Amino acid sequence: MKILVTVKRVMDYNVKPKVKPDGSGVVTDGVNMIVNPFDEIAVEESLKLKEKNGGEVVVLSIGTKDTTTQIRAALAMGADRGILVLADGSVDPDAAARLIKAVYEQEKPDLVVLGKQAIDDDSSQAGQLLAEYLGLPQATFASKVDVAGKTVTVTREVDGGLETISFDMPGVVTADLRLNTPRYASLPGIMKAKKKEVKEFTPAALGVDIAPKVKVLKLEEPKARQAGQKVPDVATLVGKLRNEAKAL
Amino acid sequence: MTTRESRCVGYLFSDRSHETIMTPEMFTAEQRALFGAVAAFTEKEVVPRRKEIEAKTPGLMAALLKKAGGIGALGLDIADEHGGSGTDKTTSMLMAESISREGGFAVSFGAHTGIGTLPIVFFGTDEQKQRYLPALATGEKLAAYALTEAGSGSDALAARATATLSADGKHWILNGQKQWITNAGFADVFIVFAKIDGTQFTGFIVERGMPGVSIGPEEHKLGIRGSSTCTLILENVPVPVQNVLGEPGRGHRIAFNVLNVGRLKLGVFAVGGVKSILRETLPYARERRQFGKALIEFPLIREKFATLLADLYALESMGYRATGAIDAYTAETGKGMEALEELNIESSILKVFGSELLGRAADEALQILGGYGYMEDYPLAKVYRDVRINRIFEGTNEINRMLVPGVLLKRAMKGQLPLMDAFQAASASVSLPEDVVDRATVQARTLALILTGRAAMQFMQGLEEEQEALAALADIHQAAFGLDSVRRRLVQADNQALHLPLARAYAIQEMDRLIARAGRFALDLGGAELHAELAPLLAPLPVSRTAALREVATRYVERGQYWLGAGTVA
Repeated sequence: MKILVTVKRVMDYNVKPKVKPDGSGVVTDGVNMIVNPFDEIAVEESLKLKEKNGGEVVVLSIGTKDTTTQIRAALAMGADRGILVLADGSVDPDAAARLIKAVYEQEKPDLVVLGKQAIDDDSSQAGQLLAEYLGLPQATFASKVDVAGKTVTVTREVDGGLETISFDMPGVVTADLRLNTPRYASLPGIMKAKKKEVKEFTPAALGVDIAPKVKVLKLEEPKARQAGQKVPDVATLVGKLRNEAKAL
Repeated sequence: MTTRESRCVGYLFSDRSHETIMTPEMFTAEQRALFGAVAAFTEKEVVPRRKEIEAKTPGLMAALLKKAGGIGALGLDIADEHGGSGTDKTTSMLMAESISREGGFAVSFGAHTGIGTLPIVFFGTDEQKQRYLPALATGEKLAAYALTEAGSGSDALAARATATLSADGKHWILNGQKQWITNAGFADVFIVFAKIDGTQFTGFIVERGMPGVSIGPEEHKLGIRGSSTCTLILENVPVPVQNVLGEPGRGHRIAFNVLNVGRLKLGVFAVGGVKSILRETLPYARERRQFGKALIEFPLIREKFATLLADLYALESMGYRATGAIDAYTAETGKGMEALEELNIESSILKVFGSELLGRAADEALQILGGYGYMEDYPLAKVYRDVRINRIFEGTNEINRMLVPGVLLKRAMKGQLPLMDAFQAASASVSLPEDVVDRATVQARTLALILTGRAAMQFMQGLEEEQEALAALADIHQAAFGLDSVRRRLVQADNQALHLPLARAYAIQEMDRLIARAGRFALDLGGAELHAELAPLLAPLPVSRTAALREVATRYVERGQYWLGAGTVA
């Protein structure tokens, strides 16, 4: 089976994000970038399916040339080849879904696997939009994926229990946190990744207009918490809670 | 046109400035990815198990090493055809840096991949390589190196273990006891040194399963308690003649060449170790409040961090300069082991400077934690115990200090280095540049040349016995190597602003140390006359040390981490 899996370049979750002074975005200069952790899980699942059923895993990402690093990270884990759609600036989930659709139509995979959301904007929309645009079945927030013949069975964690659904390929799956534990890229894997093919396309070449439908007006940091105060006795505390904090 | 530096002691020759040195800024995307992979492995698999490792949980260390083998981290120095990935030295040293977060694990890893595996890589026959290397690359088999005996430590060639040919000529019968063997508790393959007929020092590959091999109890050590250290006991062990490593009687070649790598690696391990210590300490200094302020706001605490950072910058600059030169030499000649030999002066300097910086880092970090630092519940007490071994093994720092001027002068005598001309040309009236980093570099290089030349002339063949002089010269060469490496790294950097505070602070503090060392040595060697002659070179840099260190500390606190080298964004 042929699997198309997407990876997004996001800020390292260990980094405390800082908003740019003009509020147009967050500072990314000198900040470590990683593969979105949910996408790493998607890559791992794709590799497992390939190991079981044979076939090919193609990694797709959208971003600047630097995003090649994240594609190579997935190739180092064992994916076969990469596709980078070159795009500067922010690409909203709708544009991303339409770009993935264009690549889907070229590649004709049996399955598209995405992370359920990216840890930067937390939109959780691309997978659902993609399935809609392609007119394909979708199984989101997968915590277990089984493939038998043409049929994909997906277990989803829902409030109060598990839900099991199935569809016939082709279709779209998005990966939840507990689906698997991604493998470490092996060091020989990293070295081999350098030699694997990464094709580049522009959105124009794919015939997709990526002008954002959602405009970010301004980002602001949360207000800094005020320092605590020490009070001499309970009476003062109650007074402050009542009059200043208006909590009583 | 620039060429890559590929020969030893480039820091002594001002006319080699057209050469490019290797710097961490030149790491490739692939090297950074490899570093990241191993760092993630260490962070997730090793660091959380520190307590279990320290407690010598049975089977854990071997299991962790096998896991490291699973991601290919044990096969970096092993060729493709033998199951490894045959990377260059810079890459394999980068891995050493990223794995050095827990002392016991780092030492076990180093013993397996370095002194345990490399003798077969360098000296094994094709048949031996095929027989052992694939399993050593994956961790299916683990290795140890058995040189030391109760009566022979630094004087390794005085070993008493013997090898006698069996009557049928098919086996060497080994007898003896090898002491303090790292990994002995679980290793499958031992590189053992013994004397054929009591005279010819020879290397052998001994397997754990051979009859007559037994392992003594675990030693109780001050630090690196997670690593296994036992005696290897050999009682009439029949070792097949095919298991002789290298030529009979030439075991010293194996022992010394493998130590060259070990010393280099130790220097690079120290880079990772110091970074790790800083990472443990800064959060404490930020959170702990006394007199209404966080510790990190106190100038003396900041000075401790800044001093360590400046020396770390220098250690990293020297370390990767050396690995880069080894790779360039190997690329030119195709001879990897010769390349390690070529750079062995640098390896000794790195071993000494790295282990001593690591010791200071542990000591100062513990001091920053104060009483908490002294408690075993906090990580610094263990680190403090762990790092002490580094000044002892892979050749004591005393032995390595002797080697620096010793090897240098030997090469000069043989005409392999144009040092005699350089000694002659060096003069205290050399014009000193304005910039402090440039100026310190010229002062240190000139001092190193003049004082080495003078000492050689004064003591002639007797210099070998003048251990105090040799040790002083080693420190003076370390300063010259450090300053030249830092200056060149700064010059080669695209974004010099990132480097400048560290380079300046290092230049100032290194010059202060050098002046004390070289000034006293000049007096001892040539009295007041020589000291007066060298006066221009013995002048401290005319700028504020406090201001330079405060600048480093300010940057560090802003960034929250050491901002250069491996593991940071290119």
